[in-house]
Amino acid sequence: MAEEAIRVEHVAKAYRLGPQGPRYRTLRDTLAEATSQTLHTLLGRHNGRVRQATGRDTVWALHDVSFTVAQGEVVGIIGRNGAGKSTLLKLLAHITAPSRGRVGVRGRVGALLEVGTGFHPELTGRDNIFLAGAVLGMRRAEIARQFEQIVAFAEVERFIDTPVKHYSSGMYMRLAFAVAAHLEPEILLVDEVLAVGDAEFQKRCLGKMQDVGGEGRTVLFVSHNMPAILRLCPRVILLDGGRLVADGPAAAVTATYLRANQRLGAERCWPDLATAPGNHIARLRAVRVLDAAGACTASVDIQQPFAIELEYWNLKAGEPLIANIHLYDAQGTYLFASHDNLEPTWGCRPRPAGLYRSLCTIPGNFLNSGRITVHAAVGRWNPHAIHAWVHDAVAFDVIDTGGVRGEYPGPWAGAIRPYLEWGTRLAAPLDSVPATAAVSEVRR
Amino acid sequence: MATEAPPLAVDAAASSAAAWQWNTPPRAWVPLELGALWRYRELLYFLAWRDIKVRYQQTVLGIAWAVIQPVFMAVIFSLFLGRLAGLPSDGLPYPLFVYSGLVVWQLFALALSETTSSVVANASLVTKVYFPRLVIPLAAVSVGVVDALIASGVLVALLVYYRLPLSPPLVVAPLFLLLAALSALAVGIWLAALNVQYRDVRYTTPFLTQLWLFATPVVYPSSLVPEAWRPLLGLNPMAGVVEGFRWAVVGRGALSFELLATSVATTAVLLLGGLFYFRRLEQSFADTV
Repeated sequence: MAEEAIRVEHVAKAYRLGPQGPRYRTLRDTLAEATSQTLHTLLGRHNGRVRQATGRDTVWALHDVSFTVAQGEVVGIIGRNGAGKSTLLKLLAHITAPSRGRVGVRGRVGALLEVGTGFHPELTGRDNIFLAGAVLGMRRAEIARQFEQIVAFAEVERFIDTPVKHYSSGMYMRLAFAVAAHLEPEILLVDEVLAVGDAEFQKRCLGKMQDVGGEGRTVLFVSHNMPAILRLCPRVILLDGGRLVADGPAAAVTATYLRANQRLGAERCWPDLATAPGNHIARLRAVRVLDAAGACTASVDIQQPFAIELEYWNLKAGEPLIANIHLYDAQGTYLFASHDNLEPTWGCRPRPAGLYRSLCTIPGNFLNSGRITVHAAVGRWNPHAIHAWVHDAVAFDVIDTGGVRGEYPGPWAGAIRPYLEWGTRLAAPLDSVPATAAVSEVRR
Repeated sequence: MATEAPPLAVDAAASSAAAWQWNTPPRAWVPLELGALWRYRELLYFLAWRDIKVRYQQTVLGIAWAVIQPVFMAVIFSLFLGRLAGLPSDGLPYPLFVYSGLVVWQLFALALSETTSSVVANASLVTKVYFPRLVIPLAAVSVGVVDALIASGVLVALLVYYRLPLSPPLVVAPLFLLLAALSALAVGIWLAALNVQYRDVRYTTPFLTQLWLFATPVVYPSSLVPEAWRPLLGLNPMAGVVEGFRWAVVGRGALSFELLATSVATTAVLLLGGLFYFRRLEQSFADTV
């Protein structure tokens, strides 16, 4: 067996939650706390440490996680939202410190936790390549050597001296990824970069990831994209609630994960604004699957339209929010995304603060039968930002009641099963024209 | 590849079978590891370059702002304090007296405010990539230095206008600018680290800086301070710096060595303490910022 490159030993990570969530504290809080602690000490009671141990306001993102990764191994990390995947990567990248245990790495670490780290909108593409490269840990000479390749990979030659704030979001993303892709660390940590961008971009990222894995580098790859995980990673680690629950061959672990996901219901609510998923701009309140009559349902008729409802808070007046949903099938294939950007009343428009309800109607005779998982998000475009994002928010079954299949009894292949219009006519009877003429007739 | 790459975090051997680098729970005392800063000098350069380049982007007057601010302050002080209130200025023309003080003071004030907000302003970096966090306040100081160098141009013009000869002590003037930058850094790293947890700092710093201006012999000479209080004046790191810079530029009078030494010592103590404080708090920056 090759030498170890990563060693995670009994690692735990706690986050302190204030009354307003994990926000920064004000001096007043600390003064108040210090005063009450002093009083308690004066009165002979115990102080701070006990309070910490009771942990009512601490959340454990990771719990006693241990594993090792050999040099050159490519490991996928999967798990639901809040399972601790990103926290684990941050510990490995040395961005944050563990509360208990220790994390060891051997070799130069490169972390791609986000596309566009280090970019500054006012600077040109050229400047940003150098800046972002330096931020990611590349040497100036290294960047200069690869400059032409980076520009070519991103296909932004014509705009290289334009400030990136004038870039389209696609160009911005391509340039940002191109810089990151040319980083040459011994250990590469990748978090969900593929969650953004179009199909072409995702394919390119996957291709680059495969190259990296083939070069004998150690790679840790967090993703919800099961086909990508299966293609790239021979070994997969499954986290759930901050604990490592499975570690082994990719096929077995992803199957465990997908099975566990079936427990997801057709409705998810976060009634408490303080802990609801999101940030200070928008937070999700509920996600529901509704049938044609508006009742919450976990199984929808393949022939009937149904809807997915997002309920969310806009906490910042004037924010042009965009609600969006992302549907995945049981194999983890990304079926489609839908955004309310063209919604006639509020699509892409600044919205007053308040509680919003967005309903996306999905036609009947469109999805294929089977289990569908929905990721829900609230964000904005230009500049692009994701305020709230919940993976695996709700799930439902599409029940096959016939429809498009008509009289055909067998399994229906394909990710979707849309009802599309067909027109068929007899162009010419076989015996009326010579065979070669018949062909050209049909073409016409 | 491994040999030319900057090793991350803790000191690692240069060989590819590098030593283990451990990420452990926060400790109370963290070694300063200033060597790591040296390895990240290119990042320091790029961050400083970014801050300088972005500062006057999309402004009409651009870099002229670096001159406009101290010049206007000098005009106002000359009118109200020099002309109307008749503050003494050690025998120098008051405008020259106050402007020479303001150049170095503005360096300090700007560098201090930039440093204080630096870690929070770079939150997106702090939560996404690892590098020695001290790089951030260090880069932030550069903005103040560049502005001061530009504002110094006017100072030279004033010397020529008042027909003052360029004196030998002028060569040490840059040293005082450096000292002002160090003072700003010394105070700024404390505030930058504090600001991550308590955003109150953001609101107190401008206020603090204004008060500090009047506790420093910028608009008045230190000779105005009663003899008994002078040693106390030195506890203000900027007192020695401003007096020293003025002395170097106009080349008149004698520099109070005592005052300068006290100021330098205060800066050194603040800086060393600040470095340790920053290193201690930086362990949780990514979680609290």
